Amino acid sequence: MVSLEEIKKSLLTCIWFMFLTFPIMVIRVNTVQKVIEWRWINMLLVGVAGFILSFFWRNLFREKGKTGTEKQSPAKTDNISIFQKIREDRKRFLPVVALFGCFMIAFPLVFSLYQTNIMTTALIYVMLGLGLNIVVGLAGLLDLGYVAFYAVGAYSYALLNHHFGIGFWTALPLSGLLSALFGILLGYPVLRLRGDYLAIVTLGFGEIIRLILENWNEFSFGPSGIANIPRPGFFGMEMSLKGHTIYLYYLMILLVLFTIFVVNRLQNSRIGRAWIALREDEIACQAMGIDKARTKLTAFALGATWAGMGGVVFAAKTTFINPASFTIWESIIILCIVVLGGMGSIIGVISGAMILILLPEYLRAFSEYRMLIFGIVLVVMMIFRPGGIIPDIRRVYKYKGKETRMI
Amino acid sequence: MKPILDVQNLTMRFGGLTALDNLDLDVNEGEIVALIGPNGAGKTTFFNCITGIYKPTGGDILVHGSRKESVRLNGLKPNQVTEKGLARTFQNIRLFPNMTVLENVMMGRHCRTRSGILGAVFRGQATVREEQKVVEDSYEILKKINLARYVDELAMNLPYGAQRRLEIARAMATEPFLLLLDEPAAGMNPQETADLDELIVWIRDTEKISILLIEHDMKLVMSLSDRIFVMDYGKKIAQGTPEEIRCNPVVIKAYLGEEMDA
Ligand SMILES: Nc1ncnc2c1ncn2[C@@H]1O[C@H](COP(=O)(O)OP(=O)(O)O)[C@@H](O)[C@H]1O
Ligand SMILES: [Mg+2]
Repeated sequence: MVSLEEIKKSLLTCIWFMFLTFPIMVIRVNTVQKVIEWRWINMLLVGVAGFILSFFWRNLFREKGKTGTEKQSPAKTDNISIFQKIREDRKRFLPVVALFGCFMIAFPLVFSLYQTNIMTTALIYVMLGLGLNIVVGLAGLLDLGYVAFYAVGAYSYALLNHHFGIGFWTALPLSGLLSALFGILLGYPVLRLRGDYLAIVTLGFGEIIRLILENWNEFSFGPSGIANIPRPGFFGMEMSLKGHTIYLYYLMILLVLFTIFVVNRLQNSRIGRAWIALREDEIACQAMGIDKARTKLTAFALGATWAGMGGVVFAAKTTFINPASFTIWESIIILCIVVLGGMGSIIGVISGAMILILLPEYLRAFSEYRMLIFGIVLVVMMIFRPGGIIPDIRRVYKYKGKETRMI
Repeated sequence: MKPILDVQNLTMRFGGLTALDNLDLDVNEGEIVALIGPNGAGKTTFFNCITGIYKPTGGDILVHGSRKESVRLNGLKPNQVTEKGLARTFQNIRLFPNMTVLENVMMGRHCRTRSGILGAVFRGQATVREEQKVVEDSYEILKKINLARYVDELAMNLPYGAQRRLEIARAMATEPFLLLLDEPAAGMNPQETADLDELIVWIRDTEKISILLIEHDMKLVMSLSDRIFVMDYGKKIAQGTPEEIRCNPVVIKAYLGEEMDA
């Protein structure tokens, strides 16, 4: 099932990754002792990660492209998982959602402040995952620099606030807009690229943004970062730390709901279908009269917007940001959320984020092996559930002359 | 008769290889025209040049569509060519495998509909109406092409012959005046081929869409076509009615004893 050719291709990609990230990941100038540190172990890590990623990506599409993979067919019920059955049946789906909703609403009242904080983080990742899902899951563009937009959002809030005293609520839409612009800026030069090559270039873009933030001291205050970023206000009310945490939690719930609402509508629209068609077959997509460049750019822009807004919340939550929060690993974690959860599936992405962000928090003992476990889980998933935990199911439309239900 | 596609001196070079060499071809309104030739003759390359996938090295591609002025297609992007009213299918089927049959056809309606990002998010009346119309129209096309029973299946789960028909349905959804079919009968069994024959004639007669097709099945070509163009090594070697082509010695030589009157 896995040919030598595939392994060769992935090896080549992984060597490319190692080569391109060499200056960033391996060489480090120690300015105190005036020596160069060679961090070879990083190269190895990049290599292994690059290999797994490339291999995984390729297989994902090979599996999907194969005709007659019964896993995805709505017709054959015996192969559909319990999750899908729940989703397809409204009577069972709604109570599950309601129950989950009650749990989320009651969460900060029942659990400690620490837990609430973690859950807020998970919700930020849900938002990031849903945004990246547009780019990767729907439009099929493998973006490894997604964290750059997260950074753009966080820094634009921090800097706008530092210089002009702009508040959270103004910064939120502004940062979203700015990130969308950056999305287009990145999208433009990579219009012709796909798959592994796109991954390499976007990875570079992400690192460039991080390096700029790290080194341009006058602009971004370098590695020391920006402190004293205000938390979001609530009609000028004074709040305790506890109040702030709980407020931010509910605010994030609302933002996630808003994200789900918008992403769901986009996905089930003329544009959403164009994204999916682009993922499925670029040439056929163009032959249908779809402007490839425009469709890709809207995907990049609308995907980046959520990262920008997530970045603002992140900055407000921690009240301190520095470039160390926006490394390539963040991009990879967000990508894992999308792929593990189920590309193109909103519920899948939500569960992916919950699992990938919450589990490591509660399994601190294994934190050193986090990346290793991620890699293994991804490979295992690829073999047993290539569609993700909760794969995307295509919508059934209503039309005259036939009674159909809508999902 | 009114020419709707007029190709003059079309040349396409890939490095040293001249895949198309000063090719002339025209299609009149209401015609079914076939383009035949041995494998590697450059037929698919010809389609790719016309539909904007390749940018031809030289020559002119002119179309005279429903609008009065004629348009030069050279250098247009594939989506712009589709907007001008040319639609095509592919030799190696290129459906959207993980979308349903209905959605595949709905993609064809994309270039004839308008709703944008804001419409999608706010889902106003105009958007809802347009969406519903797209669904209804697409379903109508599926009924006409006899694929309605597969409507909610994923495209990749269809039998081979139905996949080829779906590609035609999808192309028709773009409202073309000229349909380009690249080996539509390839891999079909005799029954499916007979159905296809009927379908193509129906498209021309009822839907008023002219057709240019590449095909190897000589029986199909001879029975369907009003005129036939024959090419070999990128050059046009003959053109004429099926009768003229059948007994043309140059054509017979090019096919090197292949059965011409099967
Ligand atoms: N993108 C390309 N690059 C280089 N050569 C090509 C390309 N596309 C087609 N060719 C060459 O052009 C010739 C004609 O190919 P094609 O049009 O596919 O033939 P046909 O469809 O008639 O069987 C072949 O020799 C093929 O190798
Ligand atoms: Mg061909």
